[in-house]
Amino acid sequence: MSKFLKLVGSTALCASLIAAPAMAEKMGLGRAALPEEVASWDHDVSPDGTGLPEGSGSVLYGEEVFADACAACHGDFAEGVDNWPKLAGGMGTLDREDPLKTVGSFWPHLSTAWDYVHRSMPFGDAQSLSDDDTYAIVAYILYSNDLVDDDFVLSRENFLEVEMPNADGFILDDRDTTEAHFWKAEPCMSDCKDSVEITMRATVLDVTPDEGESTEDAALEVAEEEPVQEVAVVEEAPEEIVLAAFDAELAEAGEKVFKKCKSCHMVGEGAKSRSGPHLNDLFGRPLGGIEGFRYSKTMEEMGAEGLVWNEETLAAFLAKPREYVNKTKMSFAGLKKDDDIKAVTEYLKSVSP
Amino acid sequence: MSDTHLKNASRRQFLSGAAAVGAGTLAGGAVHAAGDPLIMETQDFAAGLGVGVDETPYGLPIQFEGDVVRRNVEWLTADTISSINFTPIHALDGTITPQGCAFERHHSGAIEMSKDEYRLMIHGLVDEPLIFTYEDLERFPRVTRTFFLECAANTGMEWAGAQLNGAQFTHGMIHNMEYTGVTLRTLLEESGIKPEGKWVYVEGHDASSNGRSIPLEKALDDCMIAFKANGEALRMEHGYPVRLVVPGWEGNMWVKWLRRIEVVENAVESREETSKYTDVLENGIARKWTWVMDAKSVITSPSPQSPIKHGKGPLVITGLAWSGRGAITRVDVSIDGGMSWQEARLAAPGQDMALSRFYLDIDWDGSEMLLQSRAMDSEGYVQPTKTELREVRGLNSIYHNNCIQTWHVKTNGEAENVEVS
Repeated sequence: MSKFLKLVGSTALCASLIAAPAMAEKMGLGRAALPEEVASWDHDVSPDGTGLPEGSGSVLYGEEVFADACAACHGDFAEGVDNWPKLAGGMGTLDREDPLKTVGSFWPHLSTAWDYVHRSMPFGDAQSLSDDDTYAIVAYILYSNDLVDDDFVLSRENFLEVEMPNADGFILDDRDTTEAHFWKAEPCMSDCKDSVEITMRATVLDVTPDEGESTEDAALEVAEEEPVQEVAVVEEAPEEIVLAAFDAELAEAGEKVFKKCKSCHMVGEGAKSRSGPHLNDLFGRPLGGIEGFRYSKTMEEMGAEGLVWNEETLAAFLAKPREYVNKTKMSFAGLKKDDDIKAVTEYLKSVSP
Repeated sequence: MSDTHLKNASRRQFLSGAAAVGAGTLAGGAVHAAGDPLIMETQDFAAGLGVGVDETPYGLPIQFEGDVVRRNVEWLTADTISSINFTPIHALDGTITPQGCAFERHHSGAIEMSKDEYRLMIHGLVDEPLIFTYEDLERFPRVTRTFFLECAANTGMEWAGAQLNGAQFTHGMIHNMEYTGVTLRTLLEESGIKPEGKWVYVEGHDASSNGRSIPLEKALDDCMIAFKANGEALRMEHGYPVRLVVPGWEGNMWVKWLRRIEVVENAVESREETSKYTDVLENGIARKWTWVMDAKSVITSPSPQSPIKHGKGPLVITGLAWSGRGAITRVDVSIDGGMSWQEARLAAPGQDMALSRFYLDIDWDGSEMLLQSRAMDSEGYVQPTKTELREVRGLNSIYHNNCIQTWHVKTNGEAENVEVS
């Protein structure tokens, strides 16, 4: 940690400035944290197993839980969907161009996987997995990486026995030695090289977001007032759509609620299915009705039995997704407030073209 | 009525600006045979009345600046909820970044949390585990300091080659704000630290539970618990009501919506400090705990999004420089792709771990330029070329790319992101 010492030295002046309000005694502010409060928040798990709770989970059960809670983004085999992270594969790629860094090929500690799944996943419904489910999911991720057999059961007892392939693949920051030549006394000021040639241009790739529309459009957006939009949408709604009229104020509130849904569902012009199906023309659509989208079996069966999305079915589903559609792939816990359900329904009516 | 006036003025200004780009030397102040109509004719705004006070209780930039906004690069991430956007550094000057256009990086979205809902817990290897409310924090002795925050992935898309065409996209994962709050040291002294405590593990209130381990030396040295930035409350996207400030170190450690500080004996090695924010070298071995941001600079104008519109003659070249190891002491600028260099003028003496603004005033002869800037810090560290960095690190590091940037300025004043030999 010599680099760190160097840093401390260079910031000594700043440290003395910032620490100006030095105190002789404690301020007596705040209150004692109750043990149960600490327990409620303190979930981190360290490489030596500190923080791991009792519990266990098998690869087989993990496959089920993974399919329900994780596969929508990470794929059935942890291979990743679209731009979502791949959790398996990539062995032997770290020293190649574009290495594939997965739990199996890169992560040095299994504790990190358990900790992250337990605290931060599923995306949009974090901290909902039980300890046993987490053991099972991590077991399945290990299996997907060919690190354990299909009869493996991961538990607190055998946790530290699992060997991570890239455990020795890390070194501490060594910039102050391997890059010591960057600390130059005097950089070159003239005749530093004989000639200069352009070797690559960004415009060849053409991956920069287009700004063409920005100058005027952005200005006009600021200048124009909102209400115009509502009128336009009502006018455009064709007659055959039963729910043509909508409450603009409620829809606006619903747009805020929809933020919770946006990571998986698109709606409006040009909407496509992502990790969740698009929600255009939702009302009147059979459950599981987007062709080619991989729904849960139950969802497809309910649609085949004639159930369609309307205010009633949507409200029931949004209140308790997993009760209404057993084993739905939607990893969202549901909306607790009726008002939120009404608002988001209104919003969906307002934006569906 | 005044709206119409403003809109017309906007359109006129936009058109004249567009014309100037094409014509090069035909600038706004050109001589007209019958005198400049903007001077000869009474303008609407010179005759009528403007907008009264309280029209906008909290002011926003005038509409003509509507394009000076954060932008994202959609293909970079799967979703905007867990994504990043970029500060429009090409259009800003000075050193302080306004909060409204300072870049955002969320792992599970920006959460809306009130001060009343806020709690901060300190526990672990401490004498007394404590819980603070927001009001408690405001009663501790306060400090105010200015620091840059740079995402470790800033310029990360440029390792393999020139890729994004604009300083906003290549270097915009940075902002610089004046923070007000209390030192982490103050809070840790309040709870008392046991001798075995060597690290603090910090974690946010949001669903990502973004957590990082920070060595106790750093925590006690200069880290801050901030609740104000640039004089006002933090914005939601920057962690309202409370974020951690870790001067000079990668942005991921500056945990937003800070809820928990655990004093521990060893690093937790969370996802953000093992699977992410580690730097893979050419041999497949990865560096970890690469916290400090090395000295770096970029010319913000001229640049691809800020071309020269006025033709040859006096030209202000300007940019930003910073170092996580101390203060910027010098910035050199090259207009010939690094064959020769001249020292730029610092707008103010460099401050530790804060942005410095530099200027170089030249008489542009209208010929092509390969613009580069090179920062030096108080440690004697000199910003390396991309070739020098690649020689040590290869192409797969993603993070900590602090190479010298090159803009190719053409005779018409347009600029492009390029790599040079």
